[in-house]
Amino acid sequence: MPMSGEEIEGLIKAAMPDAEVEMTDLAGDGDHWAAKVTAPDFAGKSRVQQHKMVYDALGGRMGGVLHALQLTTAVPTS
Amino acid sequence: MSDTEARISEVVTKNDVVLFMKGTPLFPQCGFSSRAVAILDHCGVAYESVDVLQDMEIRQGIKTYSDWPTIPQLYVKGEFLGGSDIMMEMFEAGELKQLMDDKGVAKAS
Repeated sequence: MPMSGEEIEGLIKAAMPDAEVEMTDLAGDGDHWAAKVTAPDFAGKSRVQQHKMVYDALGGRMGGVLHALQLTTAVPTS
Repeated sequence: MSDTEARISEVVTKNDVVLFMKGTPLFPQCGFSSRAVAILDHCGVAYESVDVLQDMEIRQGIKTYSDWPTIPQLYVKGEFLGGSDIMMEMFEAGELKQLMDDKGVAKAS
């Protein structure tokens, strides 16, 4: 079962309440998502650490149910 | 260290740049692997590739090795650098080429 964009966004926000999440349906099939996550929690973290924080938020679904999530992370600029 | 871990460790320490991917650089079997190959080709560096579809132990083992859930995975001088999204971000920022230069990685011949 593919996951909806709202579900993915909800999981990320549950783990990182300050995050801004922008979901894009890449193929229009509700199965290939791009997520852009901007969060203050990423400050001072390497890219690998930032992506891992999002993967942790997704609770092991990445690479399983979510086989095709394209992820971009950023620290908010003020 | 398990046998699989030892095998992975050997590959990533013996080669400057290693890409664990689905398929081969000539015939990538997934879009993310294809993108990773394109990025490395653009950087003009020599790299070794490992087709995880040919080896179930490596396919699972590499995820444990790096604590990273997806493939492709890029290693430079033994260090896990990230998956295709991170490669793309670094490539677009010019950081990937810079890192390869800084680490003295051999150019593709």
